[in-house]
Amino acid sequence: MIRSSAGALAGLAALIALPFVYREPYHLHILVLILIWSFAYTSWSMMGRFGLVSLGHGGFMGIGAYVTALLWNNFGLSPWLGIPVAMAAAGVLALVVGYPCFRFRITGHYFVLVTLALSGIVLQIITATRDYTGGSLGMTPHRATTNRLLALQFDSKTSWYLIALAVWLVGLLVWHLIDRSMSRYALEAISEDEDAAAAAGVNVTAEKLKITLISALMTALAGALYTQYQMFISPDTVSGIAVSLQMVFAAIVGGLYVSLGPTVGAVITILMAEALRIGFGTAAVGWDNLIYGILLVLFIIFLPQGILGSLVERLKMKRQPSLNA
Amino acid sequence: MQAFFDIFDIYLLEAVVNGILLGGVLALLALGLNLIFGVIDVTWICYAELVMIGMYAMYFLVQYYGVSYFIAAPLTILLVAALGALLHYLVIAPLLTAPPINQLLATGGVLFVLQSFATVAFGVDFRNLGIRLPVLSLGEMNFSYARLLSFIAALFGMVAVYLFMTRTFTGTAIRAISQDRQIMALMGVDTRRIYLITSALGGALAGLAACLLVLQYDVHPFVGLTFGPITFLICVLGGLGNFIGGFIASFVFAEIISLGGLFSDLEWGYVLAFAFFIVMMFIRPAGLLARRR
Repeated sequence: MIRSSAGALAGLAALIALPFVYREPYHLHILVLILIWSFAYTSWSMMGRFGLVSLGHGGFMGIGAYVTALLWNNFGLSPWLGIPVAMAAAGVLALVVGYPCFRFRITGHYFVLVTLALSGIVLQIITATRDYTGGSLGMTPHRATTNRLLALQFDSKTSWYLIALAVWLVGLLVWHLIDRSMSRYALEAISEDEDAAAAAGVNVTAEKLKITLISALMTALAGALYTQYQMFISPDTVSGIAVSLQMVFAAIVGGLYVSLGPTVGAVITILMAEALRIGFGTAAVGWDNLIYGILLVLFIIFLPQGILGSLVERLKMKRQPSLNA
Repeated sequence: MQAFFDIFDIYLLEAVVNGILLGGVLALLALGLNLIFGVIDVTWICYAELVMIGMYAMYFLVQYYGVSYFIAAPLTILLVAALGALLHYLVIAPLLTAPPINQLLATGGVLFVLQSFATVAFGVDFRNLGIRLPVLSLGEMNFSYARLLSFIAALFGMVAVYLFMTRTFTGTAIRAISQDRQIMALMGVDTRRIYLITSALGGALAGLAACLLVLQYDVHPFVGLTFGPITFLICVLGGLGNFIGGFIASFVFAEIISLGGLFSDLEWGYVLAFAFFIVMMFIRPAGLLARRR
């Protein structure tokens, strides 16, 4: 236990020190992207690990991204205020959709289909309000001329790396807090057998709503961060069914039952996409998703625990052979 | 003022009729999805993408190879039916005992594959069949023949499926399996064969929908997203696996989209449909036709 937390601290120190030692902008850019998406995938897995498979997270992410950018462009509202507003909007949506789903026991297939439609609808709204959002052409937040800090716009990759790292760490912290809380046991019981959990005195609706709200808020934050960092958003990159499936894919590849699983998934998927992009240039358009899709199917069939999940499982088996014998 | 209302009424009536015509095709899609869910207990998230592939097949057969529409249509239906069977054989069959969520997500992976396959193979351009059917004028209202034809063909398709399900041995077996999965295997019905046939039938319905939709919409790799989500909402509202519920819900949604599109863009019709769906979940959470327990 002590050895592993010492290792974690050393790793953390190395991660913080990294941008001061190593300054290659392209590599730092990839790292920032990995951290932001890791955070998004972690947010998704918070629900996913309890059997609440949502394909609506593309919607939450889109709201986080677009509300922040629209408030800044149209009302000059600083992202420091805009991001909380965007998160609140995603939270309200999560409650409006989540409450009837959970209250009336819409689970499994039904829940997936409802959330799938949710991300489809958010995409439709972004496209329909093309006068403000630029439709499928995407939009760019206005460049701040005077106070860059107020506008949350930085040119230096180092600052963005540190911001993304901090947010990613907060995501892991939330994961561990949930891991240690009573809610975790309640949610695990719910995912095993909802009726039995309810009979045992678990407030099913409230527990599910709580985790959905946390997950939606965090996903919206990821969307807003992505906007501020990339300074360009389009419906395809931050919202819609494809983004939702991308989250599912990364989380499943990494393993959604371990805290670092989604991060491993992000590392693998983003490195793969970049390698394809560099290797094939514009000819790679579509190929990355084609490979994603095939891998997703293969992983679900052959390795449903994910890469990290399976490794952890195997290590545990080795350490405690008697338990599994 | 009176003149204003006259015009308004005619547009309204036109939208109502167009809604009914749209409902026919949506009902066809809902039927296919419900059939697969009812029998195999799996939801194909990539269902609308099968339709997209079918639309491309129609486009290439008619535009490139100069095949007549009425010969291309059965070929497309066969192709998509084969795709459906293949999907079941390759993806669903190995996962039959896995948690349902895994089956669902695997078809999500197939959605990715089909979309990006279309992007890679055909590019992202919008393509259309180039067949422009005349517009039917009735009084002062205009309806496109394409929609009318689609509606009628969709009804025929549904009647054909109904007859197959009620009048043939295989159809009876399919209905029996959807009632009790375990017993049917004990009764000597080859469930694997029935599953494969059902998947092919679901694919064929998607293929028929593709032949009809290609008359009205341009084909592009993401065209599935325009009617995929709405089909899922229809199936949930009608009750997954409930054929009649899905049929009614299709027309309800089609009317909302059509009438919503009357006042603003078509996209807002979809948004309105989603809002309606959320409200309906509060009122009738177990689906439109569910009996209160």
